[in-house]
Amino acid sequence: MSQSMSNELHQLGVAELAAKLAAREVSSTEVTRHLLARAKAHPGLGAYLALNEEAALAQAQAADARLAAGERTPLLGVPLAHKDIFVTRDLPTTAGSKMLNGYFSPFDATVVTKLADAGMVNLGKLNCDEFAMGSGNDNSAYGPARNPWDAERIPGGSSGGSAAAVAARLVPAATGTDTGGSIRQPASLTGITGIKPTYGRCSRYGMVAFASSLDQAGPMARSALDCALLLSAMAGPDLDRDSTSLDHPAENFASNLMANNARQSFDKGQKSLNGLRIGLPKEFFGDGCAPGVQAAVRAALAEFEKLGATLVDISLPRTELSIPVYYIIAPAEASSNLSRFDGVKFGHRAAQYADLADMYQKSRTEGFGPEVQKRIMIGTYVLSHGYYDAYYLQAQKIRRLIAQDFQQAFTQCDVIAGPVSPTVAWKIGEKSDDPVANYLADIYTLSTSLAGLPGMSIPAGFGEHGMPVGLQLIGNYFKEAQLLGVAHQFQLATDWHTRAPQEFRT
Amino acid sequence: MALNAQDIARIAKLARLELDAAHSDRMLHQLNGFFDIVEQMNAVDTAGVEPLAHPTAVMEQVALRLRDDAVSEPNQREANQRSAPAVERGLFLVPKVIE
Repeated sequence: MSQSMSNELHQLGVAELAAKLAAREVSSTEVTRHLLARAKAHPGLGAYLALNEEAALAQAQAADARLAAGERTPLLGVPLAHKDIFVTRDLPTTAGSKMLNGYFSPFDATVVTKLADAGMVNLGKLNCDEFAMGSGNDNSAYGPARNPWDAERIPGGSSGGSAAAVAARLVPAATGTDTGGSIRQPASLTGITGIKPTYGRCSRYGMVAFASSLDQAGPMARSALDCALLLSAMAGPDLDRDSTSLDHPAENFASNLMANNARQSFDKGQKSLNGLRIGLPKEFFGDGCAPGVQAAVRAALAEFEKLGATLVDISLPRTELSIPVYYIIAPAEASSNLSRFDGVKFGHRAAQYADLADMYQKSRTEGFGPEVQKRIMIGTYVLSHGYYDAYYLQAQKIRRLIAQDFQQAFTQCDVIAGPVSPTVAWKIGEKSDDPVANYLADIYTLSTSLAGLPGMSIPAGFGEHGMPVGLQLIGNYFKEAQLLGVAHQFQLATDWHTRAPQEFRT
Repeated sequence: MALNAQDIARIAKLARLELDAAHSDRMLHQLNGFFDIVEQMNAVDTAGVEPLAHPTAVMEQVALRLRDDAVSEPNQREANQRSAPAVERGLFLVPKVIE
């Protein structure tokens, strides 16, 4: 293989790589070697927490053998990397926390197993906010991940390492998890595509738990088509291992998109989204959203109109309430989930302690970072005697009202669109002294998570400081195929999703 | 309603966290800042509204499942204890609990 071709391998997305692998124009081993070398050439991004060098090459060789034997499955031999919140037997899992420094799980997460079974090659584990709590990846105990568009800025969070790695062309796709926006927001801030499916679509087995009634896995990649290919392999019932996994059959989310992937022959005048009604919640287009973000989102919506879609004004009246409701429910569930870290069977144990109670306290205080401690405190308080009804129960009731607001909205439209984040990526350290400001920045993603709806972010251009802006698309329950199809039509007509940061273009 | 330093100490004890004075002050300030934005929840009339735990229950019945009460996992004591802070002869070590 020529040097020039090798230099282009990292520019290929999942579908393009899969096609070249299937045509035997390139081997999985070549791609894997190339991407491992590229990861090592960019340590400053802080994207990877662990590289899987030897095992990845063995997996690539196994994939090449299967390809040589004539096997053809959609993801065979394509590399990916996992957010370090998915447990793995053969690689350490930290969840971005000192608490789990050096931890090896006795099993693989279901999502990890499913993608391995699909023939994907695991290049390693990616940085994230500690226990997925954060919107900037600056709460990682292992240092921040950086935005490939501007290394002074955050890549978003909590799936910040996943977003940075995909945007910098270190890997064609990565897994992420989304509890209140942790796939959509980093995808938006780094100019990539990501989808959080309906709550319960992907198994939570082996995802280090943050807030169990909200946590959901999803793919992050460079296009809706690539996300569809991954989601088809990730989703599906896991009834014996995850009590909240839905008994809803897996779908091939990519088949319709593959059938209609003729980018070169795409007719600019074609009305491929004729009849589609896109709802615009007025609460998502207020003064709180930066002008550059609004402009990019409006331009993307105009593009959808050109494709035949109709824009409809709708209202999600409890959008602002979603902030306190989420920041009661998620910390409450987190405080319960994180009570398992007691320094006994796994995780950090303090070196010095007086007795058992002191060991618990010192181990937890040393192991958890400040944001995690704060959320444990909030959660412990709102679940404590005398406060449960006023906070947790009241939040769960308003959660139902928020979910019902969406059902009301979906009587007027097919999908909902708006910004993902009120601003472009901010500078590392800029917001850390103002925790409430961090929470307010999640305003456009929280309600979708509370309602358990599928939501995605697709690149929609650039805003302030030349930084990427994502368009959020929200669908009704189980409408991932529709969402991905709508996003795909947009990506056939536009090229925002193909843009790469200057430094990572070659 | 604002929290005070005694509240922070009580919550920290329940959460098994040990906050020194500076830490406790910062926590008090941050929690009170946070609960300011929570107040708006009180004004919402939720009379007769059922709490929502599994989100798709808005749309369809979500049944809680129990799997068969049968052994499904092999014994893998070594893998389970690989990341334990202290083990001896296959047992997890903890400080003495009963005198």
